Amino acid sequence: MNPYVPIIAVGAIGFGFGLISLAAGALTGPKRYNRAKLEAYECGIEPSPQAQGGGRFPIKYFLTAMLFIIFDIEIVFLYPWAVTFDQLGVFGLIEMALFILTVFVAYVYVWRRGGLEWD
Amino acid sequence: MTTAELIGQDPGWLITVKAFMVFGLCVILTLIAIWAERRIVARMQMRLGPNRTGKFGLLQSLADGVKLAFKEDLIPKAADKIIFVLAPLISVTVCFLAFAVIPISGPVSLFGRQTAMQLTDLPVAVLYILAVTSIGVYGIVLAGWSSGSVYPLLGGLRSSAQVISYEISLGLSLVAVFIYAGSMSTSEIVAAQDRFWFALVLFPSFVIFVISMVGETNRAPFDLAEAEGELVGGFHTEYSSLKFALFFLAEYVNIISVSALATTLFLGGYRAVPGLGFTEAWLGGWFTVFWFLGKVSLFFFFFIWLRGTLPRLRYDQFMKLGWKVLIPSSLAWILVVATLRVLTAEGASQFIIGGFTLGVVLLVLAASTLYERSKVKRQAFLHNIGEMPEPSFPLPVMPTARKNERLVIESHE
Repeated sequence: MNPYVPIIAVGAIGFGFGLISLAAGALTGPKRYNRAKLEAYECGIEPSPQAQGGGRFPIKYFLTAMLFIIFDIEIVFLYPWAVTFDQLGVFGLIEMALFILTVFVAYVYVWRRGGLEWD
Repeated sequence: MTTAELIGQDPGWLITVKAFMVFGLCVILTLIAIWAERRIVARMQMRLGPNRTGKFGLLQSLADGVKLAFKEDLIPKAADKIIFVLAPLISVTVCFLAFAVIPISGPVSLFGRQTAMQLTDLPVAVLYILAVTSIGVYGIVLAGWSSGSVYPLLGGLRSSAQVISYEISLGLSLVAVFIYAGSMSTSEIVAAQDRFWFALVLFPSFVIFVISMVGETNRAPFDLAEAEGELVGGFHTEYSSLKFALFFLAEYVNIISVSALATTLFLGGYRAVPGLGFTEAWLGGWFTVFWFLGKVSLFFFFFIWLRGTLPRLRYDQFMKLGWKVLIPSSLAWILVVATLRVLTAEGASQFIIGGFTLGVVLLVLAASTLYERSKVKRQAFLHNIGEMPEPSFPLPVMPTARKNERLVIESHE
């Protein structure tokens, strides 16, 4: 049998469990309408108005996501190399050392430009 | 016969039974884990912890679940209704998926059929686990965004930034394991550890993995996403009732999955401790499950221990550890391991290998000494600033010291 079928099975069980829980939560819980209860929670004070589309957040998070992509792709290149490491031998080692060094240059650049600083 | 072939023969009904068993194992482990955590943390803080519901308070988590079911299911006015409901569903669906490729036992007989307690065996199993845990981030970030409130938004972003930052070092720490095992399949990695655990052979990888798995699961001391003093509850602030329970369940299943992954990759999985004389024939079969669960509980106890011992880090310190310490050191370690492996494979003399190892150790020592010295210099510099009469107010010594230096130099000019 296709090895991915069991994954679908366990995923379906988890999904079903989630659906049942959501339905149960909607059925069993009390419903007492209260205007203040439906406001956003801000420790009891009047909620601050939200900007359209969910609100603003620091650009740092976006930058972190971009940096993550760079290194994640590096990892994607490292994995096949690691699995076939013994067949590749010295050639593979030198190639990969060059590749890691190249990415390392970018890493040092980001570090020096303050891309990894949080304040 | 390999595990992959053994599992490949399973008929459909057996797969269904095993899928339910894995799901049940995750849920029961979660219930026990929550109880154990509360009891052990209580002991560490000289309290008793929950001891009223059932024997030793064992039913406490179940009672909490039932209580949550009878709480009002709120959807805030400002929330994006569909995504608000969808987010816990994503989290809970995805959290079980990682367990599909974890080998829980060796070959066993289940309802008269030979099989192994592992749902499926992929040649890219570990890559699959990383992929699935990444999908879990969607649940977090969508929950934070769709709540329409400030605290959950920031909490969700923090969580996701944290998870993706530590995923890099987590991924890099696995490369050395793949080099040694020559495979990404979980069952073959377990089989490759029949003589030595990778935790011993690849100790630095193991340390990096353990640190990043704590960061990856948002646990203390890295639980910045739910820093109560700053963000209330983090991304699930607006969630109540069973929706909250689903997030809670997903979080604990994730902790158990990474513990299981650590067991599989570094502690020999379901196998007994090598060298003690436990053979497959004597203590094989279903008994291997106890080895597996024992090792997983060891990791889980470590999580609880951390929570009971360490204070929470500040966010900038946390990101600094991930990006500036773990990533470069794991990259360097990969190169060292690869070079050593090639040297041994090429039949280099003991002399060269020893020289290389010595060189690496000396380099690490030199780097750490230089780092310490620069730190001492900077501290002395900042200390002198404090004694200078010129700034009449006391200059606060900030952690980003370089910025302070620049400020002071500019003011001197």
